[in-house]
Amino acid sequence: MIQHLISTIITYLLILLGVAFFTLLERKALGYFQIRKGPNKLGIMGIPQPLADALKLFTKEWVTPNFSNYFPFILTPTIMLILALSMWQLFPSFMLTSQMTLGMFLFLCISSLTVYTTLMAGWTSNSKYALLGAIRAMAQTISYEVTMTLIIMFYLFLTMEMDIVSVRMTNSPIWTITLFFPLSVMWLAVILAETNRAPFDFAEGESELVSGFNIEYGGAGFAFLFMAEYSNILMMSLMTSCLLTSTLIMSIPVAIIFLWARGSLPRYRYDLLMAMAWKSFLPFSLATLIALTPLLFYF
Amino acid sequence: MASMRVFCASRAAQNLMLRAIRPGSFAAFATKSHWKDVSREDIDLSAKGIASRSATSVFFIELFKGFGVVFGMIFKEPATINYPFEKGPLSPRFRGEHALRRYPSGEERCIACKLCEAICPAQAITIEAEERADGSRRTTRYDIDMTKCIYCGFCQEACPVDAIVEGPNFEYSTETREELLYNKEKLLSNGDKWEAEIAANLQADYLYR
Repeated sequence: MIQHLISTIITYLLILLGVAFFTLLERKALGYFQIRKGPNKLGIMGIPQPLADALKLFTKEWVTPNFSNYFPFILTPTIMLILALSMWQLFPSFMLTSQMTLGMFLFLCISSLTVYTTLMAGWTSNSKYALLGAIRAMAQTISYEVTMTLIIMFYLFLTMEMDIVSVRMTNSPIWTITLFFPLSVMWLAVILAETNRAPFDFAEGESELVSGFNIEYGGAGFAFLFMAEYSNILMMSLMTSCLLTSTLIMSIPVAIIFLWARGSLPRYRYDLLMAMAWKSFLPFSLATLIALTPLLFYF
Repeated sequence: MASMRVFCASRAAQNLMLRAIRPGSFAAFATKSHWKDVSREDIDLSAKGIASRSATSVFFIELFKGFGVVFGMIFKEPATINYPFEKGPLSPRFRGEHALRRYPSGEERCIACKLCEAICPAQAITIEAEERADGSRRTTRYDIDMTKCIYCGFCQEACPVDAIVEGPNFEYSTETREELLYNKEKLLSNGDKWEAEIAANLQADYLYR
């Protein structure tokens, strides 16, 4: 029990550290994509920058809008971070204390719950832009969750396992990627949309909504939302490495693809995004699931 | 020199990459025709054309090209400068922080004619003058409110003795507002501090005044 606790706490700390330095990587990578250098002043080559950012954010004044629903407003970032971190329970941490047989169910449940925190953040702010951003983010996340679930189901049928570790162990990466190439590309698009990242960052959309559902948050609240977001990105990369390839190290290139896509692709149009989810991704993933799974059982 | 070489190499590599991605785009630059056809190209309906178009869309060729271009940018020399350690070039006419100059003898130039105070469109300058013990006319007070100043440079244009000038310094931000209300002492010390640069700038620009 105490072992489990220690292991969990260490895992969470490492994840938060990873998230911090992933933000640094993002700023550096975006910098070089845009022919400039990222943060390079602090310490050696700007490496302690995320620590300084965290220090700044956590020492900021905690401002709440006058008309916000105070307690939900305060509570939302915490809930979001808790949900984001609890997803990491899927992977047995370094003391190998927990291995869930129905891990993928937990993943789907928790990733569905994150939608509510987005709604809470936008709605309890009681401001127009926050609400609009929350509505957009919610519609987008829910739509893409359907496709994500279908694709995950297909990959689970490939291995006939429900536990993410066993899925990774029994996967044969070359066939999974090449034989179902369109599905892999679709999966990449879906995880981009699911984590509200560019080119599908309509929750943010700073040209039309100032900053999306998290406008009214500053300081520690914003830091929590931000960490939850980036923790989700890392989680999705890890999930991709398990479902598509069989090595955890492949999560690093996937995480870099997130940044690369943000550097290269312009923002999509919202109606096209929705049309893509319902008219193209959903039929295709559904057809793949229905048509190919019988074949899998046959062979 | 070494960095120049690296820069050139990266440029060459990028050209190569662009050529590989868009063959023929350079040939279009070479021919200098005076008219341009902007109507939509006819869609190639031959089997080959259809096949190539569908291959382009199925394998996301355009997408990967875009990714490739963005990746190529990593190897370019950054367009930015490393600011506090490197600074951009300044014109001799650059209008920065104000300074009151002195003659080489150490006598202050300002004769309290109040032309700068009169011309200042933001009314940022306040001058009070009195006769000094030796009978010369000098300022007893010369204040510039740097928060009002719009850096138009009219004061230095108006000054008949080149006393008030806007120097090349632009890094004088402060933590409080009060520190930006400059008095005569501050302006004169600015003049002493920046005299070399200010004199060089005036020398470089005097033909055009």
